[in-house]
Amino acid sequence: MTDAAPAVLAEGLTKKFGTFTAVDHLDLAIAVGEVVGFIGPNGAGKSTTIRMLCALLRPSAGRAVVAGFDVVHAAEQVRAHIGYMSQKFSLYGDLTVAENLRFFAGIYHVPHALYDERRRFAISMAGLEGRENALVRTLAGGWKQRLALGCAILHRPPVLFLDEPTSGVEPQARRQFWELIHRLAAERVTILVSTHYMEEAEYCNRIALIDRGRLVALGSPSELRRHELGGTLVALACAPLGAALAALRDAPGVAEAAIFGDRVHVLLSTGGLAAADLPGFLAARGVHADVAQPIAASLEDVFVRLVAGRARAEPAP
Amino acid sequence: MPQATAAVVADGLSRRFGPVEAVREVSFAVAPGEIFGLVGPDGAGKTTILRMLAGVLSPDVGEIALDGIDVRAEPERAKLHLSYMPQRFGLYEDMTVAENIFFYATLFAVPGKERRARSAQLLAAAGLGEFGRRLAGQLSGGMKQKLGLVCALIHTPRVLLLDEPTTGVDPVSRRDFWAILYGLRESGVTILLSTAYMDEAERCSRLALLHEGRIRALDTPARLKQAMLGALLAVSGPDPRGLRDALVDAPGVLGLLLMGDRVHVRVDDAARRTPELRARLASTGHAPEDIVPIEPGIEDVFVALLGPGAPA
Repeated sequence: MTDAAPAVLAEGLTKKFGTFTAVDHLDLAIAVGEVVGFIGPNGAGKSTTIRMLCALLRPSAGRAVVAGFDVVHAAEQVRAHIGYMSQKFSLYGDLTVAENLRFFAGIYHVPHALYDERRRFAISMAGLEGRENALVRTLAGGWKQRLALGCAILHRPPVLFLDEPTSGVEPQARRQFWELIHRLAAERVTILVSTHYMEEAEYCNRIALIDRGRLVALGSPSELRRHELGGTLVALACAPLGAALAALRDAPGVAEAAIFGDRVHVLLSTGGLAAADLPGFLAARGVHADVAQPIAASLEDVFVRLVAGRARAEPAP
Repeated sequence: MPQATAAVVADGLSRRFGPVEAVREVSFAVAPGEIFGLVGPDGAGKTTILRMLAGVLSPDVGEIALDGIDVRAEPERAKLHLSYMPQRFGLYEDMTVAENIFFYATLFAVPGKERRARSAQLLAAAGLGEFGRRLAGQLSGGMKQKLGLVCALIHTPRVLLLDEPTTGVDPVSRRDFWAILYGLRESGVTILLSTAYMDEAERCSRLALLHEGRIRALDTPARLKQAMLGALLAVSGPDPRGLRDALVDAPGVLGLLLMGDRVHVRVDDAARRTPELRARLASTGHAPEDIVPIEPGIEDVFVALLGPGAPA
């Protein structure tokens, strides 16, 4: 990742719909070969940003350069140099594997002379040798999703956009898929993943958290866990859980409390209760609690910490 | 768990659709007040099981009891005790929030005088108190799911069946949704839900891990993790790909997973292998920043259970 020119660059990128600012002065630079996750609540501006980066939507202000092309002045070139895959919508179930590949090769203007080699690559990557004439709807989820990826990269795009690529896919197949993504990244393909699922975000080199059109945090999964939590996370078993949650949510120094199974996860900020105080605090309120143990924060903890508290009463756009 | 006291009993359920065996010999018992998770990828049989429990699909073989009522013999009586929220819950987008609730209250024959109080209480618990007059179509994804839940709860069911209730919902709304579920559990409602998300599964009291229509494991999240063979280490450094490649055939390594900024390594013995891995990495020029033991997730359990040769 030593290339001077980023594969994706957004500077002051802004999109307004009437009086609503969907994306608000977003700055982001993604290096060649990086895998970056876009996360954020519903309506945060993720899809709008990606549509601008794909040159499908014109920014209201600011600029974006993708694979070296300006999304406004060279929109056609941008579209020719990107791939897009969404697990849900990209394949035709009543066409065969081979027919889907031929269709997408046509859409992406893959030169005739190169098609055979590209098709073979896609089929071997998806592990679909011998299944070329199978109807896509008869394939299991993992194969379908690897075929969708194969179709999305038939034209060898240097920048690839993925939308919740592995939601609902079998764990083993999901791991194989991410192995493929990291292999593409090693071959200098730059990948942007938009997702609601922190399980997918963990596979990204860096994560951009977007809320209300703004970039709220940017860093590796570990960096976000280490620096953006703003407190100490502990877990304690307690009963009854409902009373524990109600008491903790109003307790001094408790930034967040949530139930996980038979335990409550509590985020403690400084200047209030300490972890050692929690069992006594709860006992005084009729809740039996064990000793609080420090636990590693998940990306979901970070997400909730950064996004919750901001009023989010608007409808999705 | 004695079955006499169970809120939901599934005994030997099987169901085929043509050549596809969607559900195969599935049995479990859910205690009152449990949150029981059916966990598995798309196509594992989760929806088929929930539909059979809800009495909208008959099993080919097997028995179902809900609160002691035989669902196959007395489906209408069983329906008074349960509520089923399918993946696409039937909200009317051109009706307001209040109108949707009124519609379901009528459908479930909730007495008129109870409707207003029940509806207000559920809306407040769901954080939708101010949105009674908003069109359902104008709610965000998370709010729609909460409204679906309110509608499903309007007749005070004792068993709640939820099919992938948080699909497409962001983490903050998902956490709110779970807070409501835990509140229901406190009031004695038994909840069965399905999810394809392994991290979400951690919130359930007990889990059935489903694969190709069969239950492959059934226990609390904590015990499922303890039962996983070996231990998990997170190895971090500036070049995770290099770290992974250097560990491929290291002794004692049972599995490797390349993450965004680290490698997850499943080993037979963490105490013994940690210094060995560190030495091996140092000798290949990939000195790691850190090697720390981490708690496995349900997905790690799933993968370990199904083995590396499992079909995609």
